[in-house]
Amino acid sequence: MTAESSVVDDSEPSTVDEPESRSAVDDETPPIEVSDLSVSFGDVPVVSGVDFRVERGSLTGLVGPNGAGKTTVLRAIKGTLSPDAGEVQLDGDPTDSLSAREAGRRVASVPQETSLAFDFRVRQIVEMGRTPHLGRFDGHGPDDERAVREAIEAAGVARFADRAITEVSGGERQRVLLARALAQETPSLLLDEPTASLDVNHAVRTLELVRDLVDDGRAALAAIHDLDMAARYCDRIVLLANGGVRAVGPPAEVLTADALRDAFDAEAFVGESPATGTPTVTAFDGTAGKDPPNPRRVHVVGSGRPAGRAVARLAAAGHAVSVGVVPEGDAAAGVAADADARAVTAPPFAAVPPERRDEAVALAREADVTVAVGKAGRAGDELGSNKAVLDASDRIVRVDDTVRDDDLLDAVRESDEADASGR
Amino acid sequence: MSAWGRSVGWSAALAAVLALVVVASAAIGPIRIPPAEVVKAVLNALVVPAGIETTSHGIGPLTLPSVDLAYRSPFAFPVDRVHQQIVVGVRLPRILMAALVGFALAAAGTVMQGFFRNPMADPSIIGVSSGAAAGAVAFIVFPVALSTKLALPVVGAVDVGVSHGAGVSLFAFVGALAAAFGVYAIATRHGRTPVATLLLAGVAIQTFLGAVISYLQLQAGESLRRIVAWLMGHLSGAAWSDVAVTAVVVPPLFAVLLVYARDLNVMLLGEEEAQGLGIAVERTKRILLAASALITAAGVAFAGVIGFVGLIVPHMLRLVVGPDHRVLLPSAALAGGSFLVAADTVARAGSTELPVGIVTAAVGAPFFVYLLVTREVHEL
Repeated sequence: MTAESSVVDDSEPSTVDEPESRSAVDDETPPIEVSDLSVSFGDVPVVSGVDFRVERGSLTGLVGPNGAGKTTVLRAIKGTLSPDAGEVQLDGDPTDSLSAREAGRRVASVPQETSLAFDFRVRQIVEMGRTPHLGRFDGHGPDDERAVREAIEAAGVARFADRAITEVSGGERQRVLLARALAQETPSLLLDEPTASLDVNHAVRTLELVRDLVDDGRAALAAIHDLDMAARYCDRIVLLANGGVRAVGPPAEVLTADALRDAFDAEAFVGESPATGTPTVTAFDGTAGKDPPNPRRVHVVGSGRPAGRAVARLAAAGHAVSVGVVPEGDAAAGVAADADARAVTAPPFAAVPPERRDEAVALAREADVTVAVGKAGRAGDELGSNKAVLDASDRIVRVDDTVRDDDLLDAVRESDEADASGR
Repeated sequence: MSAWGRSVGWSAALAAVLALVVVASAAIGPIRIPPAEVVKAVLNALVVPAGIETTSHGIGPLTLPSVDLAYRSPFAFPVDRVHQQIVVGVRLPRILMAALVGFALAAAGTVMQGFFRNPMADPSIIGVSSGAAAGAVAFIVFPVALSTKLALPVVGAVDVGVSHGAGVSLFAFVGALAAAFGVYAIATRHGRTPVATLLLAGVAIQTFLGAVISYLQLQAGESLRRIVAWLMGHLSGAAWSDVAVTAVVVPPLFAVLLVYARDLNVMLLGEEEAQGLGIAVERTKRILLAASALITAAGVAFAGVIGFVGLIVPHMLRLVVGPDHRVLLPSAALAGGSFLVAADTVARAGSTELPVGIVTAAVGAPFFVYLLVTREVHEL
């Protein structure tokens, strides 16, 4: 017990009556702070050196591959497992100095699943959320009833509040658990895969609700598998991989193709969703490109969605891609921008300006291989410049509009091998 | 209505049922006594403190004042003296013993089912019944003299001892607690007691004690009949002194369990979730385990192994009043009392008396099968 925390205790003699009052706690103190956390199960280290904080008004996403330790970190914050090293602070106090009851007033958690062998009503389950606020013999006061009513409304469980918990569906059950956590009325919220068993509508509604709560000044930490959802709703992302924090920051900074390749061992293309303007992640099977990845300079000739698809897949596989000449606003140009690939564009429905054509020719010349998608450079290609670009290329791989990803990657790799054996 | 409000309502109703069952049971027997006469006989036997009497008497060279409470009987209904003697002297201690044991076993069963989150759990699951049986059987086979002379100052030498029957109960009680503590100690590592480990440790201890009991039976010789009778469960030997001891032990333990009723509700969500909701899980588990082991031990020490009360009564009541332990625990306990009084009445009403354990098991097993084949078993 430090001198500081005893001062807090003295200044708040009646915390029982005012669970929400934290006047003695500095507003700058983060509701959740994880410092140098290490946890192992027996001899197997799960996470080590995990460091991050969740601020008021922030929804932080905890993402990472299966087994990265997301749930372990959440459990350490809840205080249900004790770390081997490091500590977790809730509102400035280490979790191991807090009683279960006090911790239950500071952080509420929504687990992935709950097992209940007995037929409690949904409303009774939500009422249990008030437990940390009640004395042993207290009945529910007006405050408790209000909190339960609001939680039931907010989580959208009012329709089945009087049914038995064993009779509601998995998705409904998850919302009941959310309602219970809301009834707890804590400054911090932990969510473990809150949308895992929800349909799209309820997944979005759940995260919108969490977003609203956070905007009202709470802090939330959510382990989320769906990277698009994480990018869309979280202010910050903590990317866990290989037993530690791989990156922390805003979604657009953390969710990059490189970071995702390292963390998930998957080839990913990160674009920008036209619907939400937030990053959207498309993952490809990381084993399709086969090892070694052997990155090349690849120039793509063609336009429209087929060329865009080729650019995305080649970029995800780690190749340095350029594309051109394509019309401005073409799908391939958009993909190239997301993939940080160079795109040479020209105004649509007009002759390609010579300087643009020369630019594309230069890119093709410096490329290891040029991929011609569909009818690019052949009879019927409306872009006359494509022929000139292809003429400048050393090696050309021709693929159909409908080429499969594997075949595209194989063709690019084999072009090189065929060439090597030819020499 | 609030949970505690419902709890009081159900408790009042079930306490009334218990009173009716007790009166009905006291009326039944080889000599039939009208229920009204039973009630009068019971009321006649009631005493209330009436005042304080101070007397002086000499012990040795000293004259000591002694203070006694004087009692008086507030009722004096005219009742046949034989009937009065049968009701108060013979039937009532046995009936009250049945009520207390049923109450204790049903309460412990309710808590164990919640604790293990398993509707098939019962009080014997942590080895209490096996331990009690082993203790009792050991004493029956190898009786030891439990009396001694204590030399007290002033008063002089006093005989302190217990009868053979009380010795069996004492050994049963100690055996029950030793077994429960053994199970707990085996299952506890680093201050944590995982429920699954506790369950398996309970199975292991029960199996081991079963072997001990079987071996002792082989060695028993002439006392085998008494062992079998004890193992089947019996209430025939109940005396007022046994009732008094049980009545002192059971209610405080029940009060402890009731205090933790809401925590038990939350524990049904799982230990991690209970912890997240502010329950000090390990401490609560220790208290619940200790109190249920003690209350079960108090029940089986006098009555022997009476099965199924702790299993089916909580289950039936859960169907009626719901799973909230604030309501379920007192309801199940009172219903358990009524159930065992009724079962014991059946046991002694026939031409030859049956051990009550046979009656409860004969009623309980079909009900258990019924539970297995209907929807009540969601998961084990």
